[in-house]
Amino acid sequence: MIALLLRDLRLAVRAGGGFGLGLAFFLIVVVLVPFGVGPETAVLSRIAPGILWVASLLAALLSLDRIFALDYEDGSLALLATSPLPLEGAAMIKALAHWITTGLPLTLAAPALGFLLSLAPEAYAYLLISLLIGTPALSMIGTFGAALTVGLRRGGLLLSLLVLPLYVPTLIFGAEAVRRGADGLDPNGALMLMAGITAGSFALLPFATAAVLRINLR
Amino acid sequence: MSMWEYANPKLFMGWTRPVLPWSFALAAVCLVVGLIWGFFFTPDDFRQGSTVKIIYLHVPAALMAINAWIMMLVASLIWVVRRHHVSALAARAAAPVGIIFTLIALFTGGVWGQPMWGTYWAWDPRLTSFLILFLFYLGYIALWEAIEDPDTAADLTSVLCMVGSVFAILSRYAVLFWNQGLHQGASLSLDKEENVADVFWFPLLVCIAGFVLLFIALVLMRTRTEIRARRIRALEARARRA
Repeated sequence: MIALLLRDLRLAVRAGGGFGLGLAFFLIVVVLVPFGVGPETAVLSRIAPGILWVASLLAALLSLDRIFALDYEDGSLALLATSPLPLEGAAMIKALAHWITTGLPLTLAAPALGFLLSLAPEAYAYLLISLLIGTPALSMIGTFGAALTVGLRRGGLLLSLLVLPLYVPTLIFGAEAVRRGADGLDPNGALMLMAGITAGSFALLPFATAAVLRINLR
Repeated sequence: MSMWEYANPKLFMGWTRPVLPWSFALAAVCLVVGLIWGFFFTPDDFRQGSTVKIIYLHVPAALMAINAWIMMLVASLIWVVRRHHVSALAARAAAPVGIIFTLIALFTGGVWGQPMWGTYWAWDPRLTSFLILFLFYLGYIALWEAIEDPDTAADLTSVLCMVGSVFAILSRYAVLFWNQGLHQGASLSLDKEENVADVFWFPLLVCIAGFVLLFIALVLMRTRTEIRARRIRALEARARRA
């Protein structure tokens, strides 16, 4: 399992792996928003939690189709399926690798981009915590979506159509936690519910992902 | 003879042939009676005026939009557990019907909301969860259309339907949480069943029965079409091999 994790990380970081693309996309979306809504700091700081969450969600979405597509094409996914490692475990490791290469950098970069949107100072800690808790769920749900569309030639657009509705609860709780933090309210309820979604996704979705992969490899 | 034998496509085609015109006829009778009764023979509400009468389209459509998804979930489970092809095809046949019911509910709600709430759309929990349900239907139908092999498509869409159901329920409660957090006390939703008086209630029941029958009739018809389409495909494949 650790070998698979290291392999995926190495593949992602090397040239052509697309590491950093998600991060750059995140930066560009956040930079574009003030051009769209105007530079008033009051407006920006009000919408900042939502923008940061939606942007990180889209950035995570961007790299989803790479999770299985390359392995499916060169046959290593079939090898994984026949290896002694259970496919459920492989699916979870894939999600973890995706999180380390996209979710974690996004989480660390988000406070810096919070300055650009003049996020309320009280909200930084909650932004960091909510992204740290929430982005693993995004990776795991996305891995399920990637497994659903792995056999399709043009699965990219379909993947976003399938995955985005599944992201709704995570997005709501994440953005709500940051917003409550910015307003000085207690964000613990939202954070706990989001942690529940993350834990539930990692407990159950590897099974669904593995089932879907087996169907696609038939 | 167990109930599962009706899942045999040939038997299914056999018993649905006589049932289909009856269910269409009954649906038409219920809808005509219910709608005419509702529109012309019930009094105007003392506060909502005549706009209350959209309830006869709105409530049954919303009810069936949710029930169609539940029916798809049950059919998907049957397909996954017992691998009855008719069940997978019925789930596929129900999805477009369900999405249209969702649209009807959203549209009639907007038409009612404009004079009553002063807006076609508000990010009220109920409205929002219906919009999300619409997106789930969209993804489900798109996945069916995208995959060529019918068994793979049935398997993948069943898993999507099951996972989607869990997330649809999660979204429902997440949305409640989200909106209460935004503006407390400004609840727009009505507990219609609780409030509605008997004059409105009986024609509403007839309309709901009409929508249920209409759903059954449409799904049966679409399932029969799917079975025929698959038979044609099998015949063509055989002809190509010969």
